[in-house]
Amino acid sequence: MSAPATTPTGEGARRATPTVPAHSGGLGRRISVGLVTPGGAVFVLVALLLVAIMLTNPNFTDPGALIRFVGRTAPIAIAAMGQFYVIVSGEFDLSMAAVIATQVVIAGNVIGLEDSRILPGLVLMLVVGAAIGLVNGLATTLLRVPSFIVTLGMMLALTGLVRYVTGGAATGNPTETFRDIGRSGIEGIPVLEILPWSVVVLAVVAAASAWLMRRPFGRTLVAAGDNPDALAHAGASLWWVKTRAFVLSSLSATLAGILLVGYAGVHPSVGAGYEFTAITAVVLGGVVLGGGRGWVLSAAAGAFALELLFLLLTALGVEATWRDTVQGLIIIAAVALAARTWSGVRRPRAAPSEPTPEPTPEPTQSTTEGDR
Amino acid sequence: MSRVRVTSTTIVYGVLLVVVVAAAVVTAGRGRNFFSTGNLDNVLTATTILGLIAIGQTLVILVGSLDLSVPYVVSLASVVGGGIMAGQAGGIVPALLVTLVVCGLVGAVNGAIVAGLHVHGFIATLGTGLVLSGYLGSTYQGSSGLAAFEWRLLDATRLGPVPMAFLLMLGCAGLAVLVLRRTRLGHHLYAVGGNSEVARMSGLRTAVPVVVAHTTCSVLSGLAGLVLLARLGVGQPTVGSQGGYDLMSIAAVVLGGTLLAGGKGNIAGTLAGVAIFAVLDNAMGVMELNPFLKDVVRGVVIVVAVAVYARRELDRRPARFDRPSAGDAPPAPPPGAATPAGTTDKTLEASR
Amino acid sequence: MTTSSSPVLRVRGVTKAFHGNVVLRDADLDLHPGQVLGLVGENGAGKSTLMKVLAGVHSPSSGTVEVDGRPVVFGHPVQAQRAGISTVFQEFNLLGERTVAENVWLGREPRRRGLVDVATMVRDTTALLADLGVTGLDATRRVRSLSVAEQQVVEIAKATSLDARVIQMDEPTAALADHEVALLYSIIRTLTARGVAIVYVSHRLTEIFDLCDVVTVLKDGAQVATEPIAELDEARLVRLMVGRTLEAFFPDPIDGTAPGEARLELRGAGNGYVDGVDLTLRAGEIVGVAGLQGSGRTELLEAVFGVTPLTRGEMVLAGRAVRPRSPRQAVRAGLALITEDRKATGLALHQSILDNTLGVVRAVFPRRTAAARRGVPTLLATLAVSARALSQEVRLLSGGNQQKVVLARWLATDPAVVLMDEPTRGVDVGAKYAIYEVMRRLAADGRAVLMVSSELPEVIGMSDRILVMRDGRLAGELPPSSSEEDVLALATGVTTGVTAGATTGATTGTQVAS
Repeated sequence: MSAPATTPTGEGARRATPTVPAHSGGLGRRISVGLVTPGGAVFVLVALLLVAIMLTNPNFTDPGALIRFVGRTAPIAIAAMGQFYVIVSGEFDLSMAAVIATQVVIAGNVIGLEDSRILPGLVLMLVVGAAIGLVNGLATTLLRVPSFIVTLGMMLALTGLVRYVTGGAATGNPTETFRDIGRSGIEGIPVLEILPWSVVVLAVVAAASAWLMRRPFGRTLVAAGDNPDALAHAGASLWWVKTRAFVLSSLSATLAGILLVGYAGVHPSVGAGYEFTAITAVVLGGVVLGGGRGWVLSAAAGAFALELLFLLLTALGVEATWRDTVQGLIIIAAVALAARTWSGVRRPRAAPSEPTPEPTPEPTQSTTEGDR
Repeated sequence: MSRVRVTSTTIVYGVLLVVVVAAAVVTAGRGRNFFSTGNLDNVLTATTILGLIAIGQTLVILVGSLDLSVPYVVSLASVVGGGIMAGQAGGIVPALLVTLVVCGLVGAVNGAIVAGLHVHGFIATLGTGLVLSGYLGSTYQGSSGLAAFEWRLLDATRLGPVPMAFLLMLGCAGLAVLVLRRTRLGHHLYAVGGNSEVARMSGLRTAVPVVVAHTTCSVLSGLAGLVLLARLGVGQPTVGSQGGYDLMSIAAVVLGGTLLAGGKGNIAGTLAGVAIFAVLDNAMGVMELNPFLKDVVRGVVIVVAVAVYARRELDRRPARFDRPSAGDAPPAPPPGAATPAGTTDKTLEASR
Repeated sequence: MTTSSSPVLRVRGVTKAFHGNVVLRDADLDLHPGQVLGLVGENGAGKSTLMKVLAGVHSPSSGTVEVDGRPVVFGHPVQAQRAGISTVFQEFNLLGERTVAENVWLGREPRRRGLVDVATMVRDTTALLADLGVTGLDATRRVRSLSVAEQQVVEIAKATSLDARVIQMDEPTAALADHEVALLYSIIRTLTARGVAIVYVSHRLTEIFDLCDVVTVLKDGAQVATEPIAELDEARLVRLMVGRTLEAFFPDPIDGTAPGEARLELRGAGNGYVDGVDLTLRAGEIVGVAGLQGSGRTELLEAVFGVTPLTRGEMVLAGRAVRPRSPRQAVRAGLALITEDRKATGLALHQSILDNTLGVVRAVFPRRTAAARRGVPTLLATLAVSARALSQEVRLLSGGNQQKVVLARWLATDPAVVLMDEPTRGVDVGAKYAIYEVMRRLAADGRAVLMVSSELPEVIGMSDRILVMRDGRLAGELPPSSSEEDVLALATGVTTGVTAGATTGATTGTQVAS
């Protein structure tokens, strides 16, 4: 902690106050400090898991295999980044899987086998995705229904609709051209052989997300999760900020759905469990549930860490059916730990010189000390 | 406040009455009688499973937590109970004992995570639910275990027009009411859920009601799984998640007037909430609505119900000037108040 | 009023420090059964700390507390209650959704054959209330449906159910109407007649003189006087309370600062919390708002800023009639509000200094972010924020630096009118001075500053004019040369002959309002 201005009165002393630098320490130090936060540690985890998998499965050292793995994981990583927006603002989106299923069914029924309908179909899917997010967001902020209830209700309703439309079974797949978005790529790339479209989409989404989180909207979103009351007093439209997060989440699910059609075809169970996987990835990425802390790329890294972990477990002979169990344990452990470690890092060693317990707070206004 | 107090329980029973009348009319329109013994039997049977779970969920929500692991506990109970019973009458008692103890342990773990690690119930039980889901998916493929014939009688026997299992559920409800109203534990459950700081300042050990509520909820869910075992004859590892009992039980509790944030509510309201869903389902069945569309209706009912109750939770400091003439009703927040979401998610704030 | 020889409560040399910061020094008290001890002092004098030590919320750094001659040490409020000291805090420890009886007996529910005996619980509660002279309060009513005064009665009933020998009351009348104050008086007399001793903390001197037998005056954490009420008069008591041992210092106005045109005008403005407010705030002016806790100071700022929008009257901002219905509209109209609780409503503590400084601009004027970003280093340097880096999380800063960041995030919006609620609360001396300087500079720039403060020297030292609030209304305006006595007199409604038009706020009636 900086030295509190204890020798204040001399005019000259204050005039001499140096400008606060943008960062303390050089780039190297900043990275090393960042890596010990939960949001940075997940990148280390990804690297470690990657090494471990390469040791157990030498095939994985092949760049082509690696890029295909990235391509397969792209939908989950995109969903995780979508979930990040909602979680960092202090809410939840449990309707993701249902949105994915809805979009998959729309793709199958609207686009069908006509290449000419791809574009209108895509537009429709994005509009539907945005609309779902809008409903989720408005019900949460304006009707003041807890977001997990809203999005669970949305999940129930969408799942019901999807099953109603499909009769609960696989239906016709959309045209191959559309499915190629999810399962093919740019061929003839040196070293990699193929660059899957899904990797391209992932890269674009990741870059856009990182950019967005540095924009006023992104910073305001994080502040909304950290202290909504302060943000409201700052004149922000809290409802609109959070609603946009829900819209982004549903749009991410829509993208994930578009990619998944390529792999999985049209079935009402496509995307099942994605909401929990996305939450697990976000939590594993060190994002604090309840909002206010975390990085969007860490959420994507969390998705990769999770998938790598599953790969490793498979390589070690653990059956894939244990996925849920692993996720459950990760969620509990990560949530119990994350809040502690975020606050533990970068805490000054010295005793707090902060005269926080004010001797006579007027308790009428704000004894809401126990904020979370 | 001289006029008769309209409690939320009164409202819920009013709504139930309206729903029943509407269902009766719709049913009559199809040329059938809603109040026929057969149909009433259907409704009562439908309330049994959800009723048992919702009673437990009421306790958990009252104490300020939440249980999303109930579907998996139901499934677990169904396969574990069926496995031990293995179709033998002599297996009934050990099956009941082991199953309920196992479920109780799951609940105790939930409670310990919530109270000890300070992880909000939503996340804690989401986690344990996933853990169980993985275990069930890995260990059981398809149905497993067999109910003893004598145990199946629980579902098949009627006392007059009333199914035995329904009576079992009512018995549990009665017990829960007794605990809530007439034991210190019950009073402390309300206290911790209402304001754990006040409870702590009054010298209560706040972890105890949390753990007990979670344990009870899981045991009751286990019981629900065993009743399903009696009904289906075999244990099924997906019977719980197919029923969507997590969301349905929360919805029934909230519909019954219990505050999602805890501290206020009762079992009677929850039972009415369960009954409302059962009657709605029944009416939709009579109308031959596509079962998948039922989920759409349910989803909407749940969100609307919570939205309506969310209005009742608003609380502001009393005004000094221009008090509303209505009397003691707290003034509504000014329209366009700038803090719409500031107080939305009290329940989840604790998860940080 | 029986004054027996042995004190029920004896406090010797109680000292309390937080992080080496001494807030209460060598407090000594003797309280006899049936006595009412008035505990008075300005904000920050140490009254609350002393109460909390006796209530078992804080443990003293040194010193002893004896109840009935036996030394006691409390680690938890329940232990204090068991020892016979109960406390009625301003923020009641009650469960809104539970009944009166359930609240009174929480944690000690009477049982019969293992079950809670609800009938006995209700009967005993009714008896307790009747003993206090309260009728018409049904023990089965839910606390949420009760008025503040009735909730207070429940707290007192709870204290008597614990056989409290000493009951502490923290500003018990702050939220009561006059007839409710009368009820409280009668309850206190009932209690003292039974030999219960009362520690009565209040800013309202009328009540102190009505109720107390002995008065202890605290100032800056030290006990300056303990005297029988008979030996005090209001003027002397006020003199004892005010006046600083450490003379505070305030920067002089910057040369050339002069009141300009009106920036903010209110005409008959009011809402649920303030009423009939008329005021004019000019460019280049710093206007202080003084008043007791609960007098509507904060509420006035919140009304102007649209947090709890005005519902009547006129508001003119820089010549334009506006009535912000949300903080967003207020910010767009050129207002800024530095709230009194920076942790609850001022800062996002886990975000960086930079993010907090740009917080308001990003939320309301996102297009100006880039320009504002360029100005941040200069802005923070002028405020003398000392920190390691802009990327440092705000929660790691000292209180003073945090408050400067709050100022910075609002100054970044270039406001015309700055509303400040307790701008120097919880801030070290150096930072205080820096904040005063900022205020002077704001005035010199032609901005208008409306400052609420409960520190009278601050109000007097910084303001061009002093507005005094009482019971949600402006009670009057005082010149900057006024003394603390003048302000306090107007704020409490005590007539010390200094100010005109001040009527006594509280009735002295002792009839039970039933």
